[in-house]
Amino acid sequence: MSDIPEKLRYTETHEWVKDLGNGEYMMGLTFYAQDQMGEIVMVECPGIQDFNSGDILGSLEAVKTAEDFYAPFNCKIVRINEDLEDEPALINEDPFGRGWLAVIKTDDPSGYDGLKSAEEYSDFIGE
Amino acid sequence: MDKKTALYDKHINLGARMESFAGYIMPIKYTTVKEEHNTVRNGVGVFDLSHMGEFRVKGKDASRFLDYLLTNDSAVKPGKAYYSTMCYPDGGIVDDLIVYKISENEYLMIVNASNIEKDWAWVNNHTDGYSIDLTNESDETALVAIQGPDAEKVTQKLTDENLQEIEYYAHISGLFAGKQALIARTGYTGEDGFEIYVKFEDAEAVWDAVMEAGREFGIKPIGLGARDTLRLEVGYLLYGNDMDHTTTPIEAKLGWVVKLKTDKEFIGREVMARQKQEKPTRYIVGLEVLGKGFPRHGAELYEGNRKVGIVTSGSLAPALGHGVCLAFVEKGYHKKGTELEAEVRGKRIPVKTVKLPFYKDGSRK
Repeated sequence: MSDIPEKLRYTETHEWVKDLGNGEYMMGLTFYAQDQMGEIVMVECPGIQDFNSGDILGSLEAVKTAEDFYAPFNCKIVRINEDLEDEPALINEDPFGRGWLAVIKTDDPSGYDGLKSAEEYSDFIGE
Repeated sequence: MDKKTALYDKHINLGARMESFAGYIMPIKYTTVKEEHNTVRNGVGVFDLSHMGEFRVKGKDASRFLDYLLTNDSAVKPGKAYYSTMCYPDGGIVDDLIVYKISENEYLMIVNASNIEKDWAWVNNHTDGYSIDLTNESDETALVAIQGPDAEKVTQKLTDENLQEIEYYAHISGLFAGKQALIARTGYTGEDGFEIYVKFEDAEAVWDAVMEAGREFGIKPIGLGARDTLRLEVGYLLYGNDMDHTTTPIEAKLGWVVKLKTDKEFIGREVMARQKQEKPTRYIVGLEVLGKGFPRHGAELYEGNRKVGIVTSGSLAPALGHGVCLAFVEKGYHKKGTELEAEVRGKRIPVKTVKLPFYKDGSRK
């Protein structure tokens, strides 16, 4: 059974999104996704710019595989987690905390409202 | 159904992540690959490599048989070992292996786990005309490797044999942790270290003794994940990734284990002699990744729009902090300093051919 915090929203590409207020949202990779990927050794994020929903925000390199992560809705990256540069394994150790990937901003809250609830995400991954 | 090594319960108790590998259920890592990698580079680690295969060759024709079967020369002294390839008549590689010479009439071949059945059939297909006894001891043998700059100190605590007298690629049979063992100064990490071959039933006692003896040096168990990054960082090839039946030792830059300077006949000699003279059309090279990320096995290499090669192994090099690869490239693109691009999920990553090993500070004797 994966850890799926109730108060977060989720995407079908296994990102979690947290409402920080003021149109800002923190996002990261779910426990389930990091567990599937295994040990993450490198994070690449092109940086502060605008993205459309579903655009590639960056990529994650694990020992055995690589995956991209995606914009959950139309947004702009305002901050990336610079600790991941030296310690990408934070994503494995603390995916919902110190392993966060980015803070994004949007003027349109409907994108967030359309994401999956914890229960829906749990059903989605079959747990 | 995957086989378990004699140390399966130890790995479970240590909380290892276990995965299927070459027909065995093996520990991939106990903590993280990076931490285990650094433990072996800077201190000492212990591996369960019992999945490896062991074939014993005994008899008055043992040397002559191995000289025909293998590309390298058996003419080393008893107590020494040699690395070799075993090839098909077309020069393609059946397997790469270490051979321990016990005496003029007895050898122990160590083959890759994934190739045990294939190799055993191949070896047995070539015994006509040789007076030898062959035994597949793979299921009765366990292998514990102690690797890292502190490996000798740990290993010496468990045997009365003087390890300082055992050079790199030499071995001795004697007691280790009170059990009969073959103690060899060999490894696959680029560090100093020993490989200890014992009976299956002695493996747990040997493992416990090594962990206890290594405690003062901070010894840690190391999984196959770090074994792969350790070998890649020093440019050692892995059968199935970097070479197989479609590649020859000459292309794989293993010409040094092909005894063309002798007049001994061996399988694949004709093809290899011709290839050495005419020069291969492709070579294996080391690539340093100049950008972020790293290409993996199967990634294509380009100069502009022209495809000039393919990556055979790729990883982040933990001790170096950037990506490294082994790759086959067309002749002409193999010279040191050649800049190419690797295609990774639709993007191009710049890479440059460099001299091997990538990591040059290993403690290997």
